[in-house]
Amino acid sequence: MHDHDHEPGALEFRVQALESLLAERGYVDPEAMDRLIETYEHEVGPHNGAQVVARAWTDPAYKARLLSDGSAAIAELGFTGRQGEHMVVVENTPEVHNLVVCTLCSCYPWPVLGLPPVWYKAPPYRARAVIEPRAVLAEFGMEVGDDVEVRVWDSTAEIRYLVLPEQPAGTEGWDAAALAGLVTRDAMIGTGLAAAP
Amino acid sequence: MNGAHDLGGMHGFGPVGPEADEPVFHAEWERRAFALTLAMGFTGQWNLDKSRHARETMPPAEYLATSYYEHWLFGLEALMAERGLLEGAPAKLRRLDAGNVEKALKTGGPTERETESAPAFAPGDRVRALNIHPVGHTRLPRYCRGRTGMVERLWGAHVYPDSHAATGDQDPRHLYSVRFAARELWGPSASASDTVMIDLWEPYLERA
Repeated sequence: MHDHDHEPGALEFRVQALESLLAERGYVDPEAMDRLIETYEHEVGPHNGAQVVARAWTDPAYKARLLSDGSAAIAELGFTGRQGEHMVVVENTPEVHNLVVCTLCSCYPWPVLGLPPVWYKAPPYRARAVIEPRAVLAEFGMEVGDDVEVRVWDSTAEIRYLVLPEQPAGTEGWDAAALAGLVTRDAMIGTGLAAAP
Repeated sequence: MNGAHDLGGMHGFGPVGPEADEPVFHAEWERRAFALTLAMGFTGQWNLDKSRHARETMPPAEYLATSYYEHWLFGLEALMAERGLLEGAPAKLRRLDAGNVEKALKTGGPTERETESAPAFAPGDRVRALNIHPVGHTRLPRYCRGRTGMVERLWGAHVYPDSHAATGDQDPRHLYSVRFAARELWGPSASASDTVMIDLWEPYLERA
């Protein structure tokens, strides 16, 4: 391990030096980098996935398309591309609670959820989600009954999973825009439920 | 390779610890390391599987002691060194320009491919993940090797990471969603009702 890298500023310096060198050699366009950062910091995020979920809750025909061909149904709302090329939507029911992880790296459906949070990429979640999913869910405040199957999806290939959470009770008849406000990022990973109204 | 990245089932890391109102990036260097990695990926000097493999070659103690974007930075530097991109006269590379970013991201890189070979397995077939320990890149997690599951769905033929990382050959193989009972993977302490679904390529599997 290079201890100097952990001093404040060492990583900033290392990355700055690398960027200058690559830009000077003509390999990267710093403005393209700005655009990449802006896209994932301000444009793409869980609000996209929330629209998908809310549409599924309000439109049974859309929900059927979403569960049979996730990529095509999500593309209808304009969310396509990198790290979401092959989307599969898995539905929570009273019998099954779905939970998504990537034990080998940090595969995550970028077009609908944006970039993953640190905990999703860090060892505790990647190690534990497959061997003790109920303990992990308990840390997120979720108690899952013994009669419910916890189904963990390890994203080992280029298939990207989005959990379709159950619609909260008491929101029947709400429109999609209002419902989208209840759909949290964690609900679409499976570490949470949609918020109560 | 049996590296520190293959984390499924390990103990001792402590709680998951989500951060409230977490920002997308925690420091300016993370923003730039992220964008540098994507931008250099677009030059076509390597592929995604090769990038993953480069990060996996970080020594285990260092991998576990460093943050996610440090892994990315390590991988990027390793790939550039391997390609000799920082020495001598600059190479002529395909460069991602600001005007092309949106289109490039929207297009992505689908991995499904046409193949003439028929899949060896069908939904409902019982299969065993091979007990193999490839020294190169693989997407067969250690925790399922030697374990028996059931084919749930076929995803079509996809670029095979083991070949793609080693030689750049896409070598498409059939990909399956395989259902494992939690108890088959983890023994009697696991819940009898729980399952783990793993996406596995045909060369990782045998009929059980």
